[in-house]
Amino acid sequence: MRDAIRRAPDGTDGIDPPYDSPAYRSTALRAPKQPLVILPERFADVASPVYGHGAIAETDFDLTRQHDGEPLGERIVVTGRVVGSDGRPVPNTLIEIWQANAAGRYRHADDQHPAPLDPNFTGAGRCLTDAEGTYRFVSIKPGAYPWRNHDNAWRPAHIHLSIFGRLLSERLVTQMYFPGDPLFDADPIFQSVGDPAARQRMISSFDWDTTTPEWALGYRFDIVLGGRHATPEDPD
Amino acid sequence: MSAGPTPSQTVGPFFSLGLTQRADNDLGGDAAGAVWIRGRVLDGQGDPVPDAMVEAWAAGRWGRSGTTQDGGYSLRVPAPAALDGQAPHVPLLVFARGLLKPVLTRAYFPEHAQANAADPVLAALEDAQQAGLTAIPDGDGLRFDIRLQGPDQTAFFAR
Repeated sequence: MRDAIRRAPDGTDGIDPPYDSPAYRSTALRAPKQPLVILPERFADVASPVYGHGAIAETDFDLTRQHDGEPLGERIVVTGRVVGSDGRPVPNTLIEIWQANAAGRYRHADDQHPAPLDPNFTGAGRCLTDAEGTYRFVSIKPGAYPWRNHDNAWRPAHIHLSIFGRLLSERLVTQMYFPGDPLFDADPIFQSVGDPAARQRMISSFDWDTTTPEWALGYRFDIVLGGRHATPEDPD
Repeated sequence: MSAGPTPSQTVGPFFSLGLTQRADNDLGGDAAGAVWIRGRVLDGQGDPVPDAMVEAWAAGRWGRSGTTQDGGYSLRVPAPAALDGQAPHVPLLVFARGLLKPVLTRAYFPEHAQANAADPVLAALEDAQQAGLTAIPDGDGLRFDIRLQGPDQTAFFAR
């Protein structure tokens, strides 16, 4: 029997931002305007890859040890747990991060912000979660930086995170922000998430337990995957 | 932090730093019948999107390709099998600056015309979108363009 195909208006899940977010100008010509097609639930989700595409090196989690010298900036430890929408840990999943240096400059040819590059900082790392879903990175706190979205536009300091999860429906790319940033209110990317409670879930918390005496400040960032289109349990 | 899913945010313009430094675009490996899918990611004016990433999710295999200045990507994928009464296809997830969350589409294969005609997902789409999801033979592989916006927008699926 043929399934009826349903369509969903965008931006109504209360979690993710809508594609069409006019305050973020780059969405203007890139946001799809036609409603999303909802696949019938009986079509299985797709399993995430097992990591055959390059082993994780021992030092990949530590962005301060990828060069001969140490990068400038405030040394930080970022740690947290990755869980599914059921609250259970997601073990052995790949997390990749990238970020600006302490001066707010990315090591990327297209970044024209006139702030210095740091010869001792690339700004990319990756690791796998452990059996409890826990991950840990060592880095330096990224700087805020200007962009051309609107007059006097500045991005709040953030680290980009890409997480695979167990299924295509859990795949997530997000940004982790730092507590108390004065730039939140004027940032259209942060504000693109409509629900204030959901926005708070993108802000890490300063963490004494991770803060290491004489060495680094700790930030905690827990990540919850999936849960956008919860499937009711089959009564059979 | 309160419970509930972590929201998506854009990959921004500099994701290649963290995501596409390695050559991850050949997920075909030694699979029989592996084929190159090449195409362009285009915006609402038909202009190339040079800062996008296309991920292919085939059963048990995965790959990704950043786009070039002309919006081009290339992925070598294994020949997929029919599943759950669906025609063979490869799910593609596209990330880009200007996309606050990825878009999900599917590339179907032109040599499976009969299975495609019976595919319940294709069958429910309008003709134009249906045609847009079937890759086109091109040189030694297939062509599959992804149009993010406009009258000929590619069909995108909720996740």
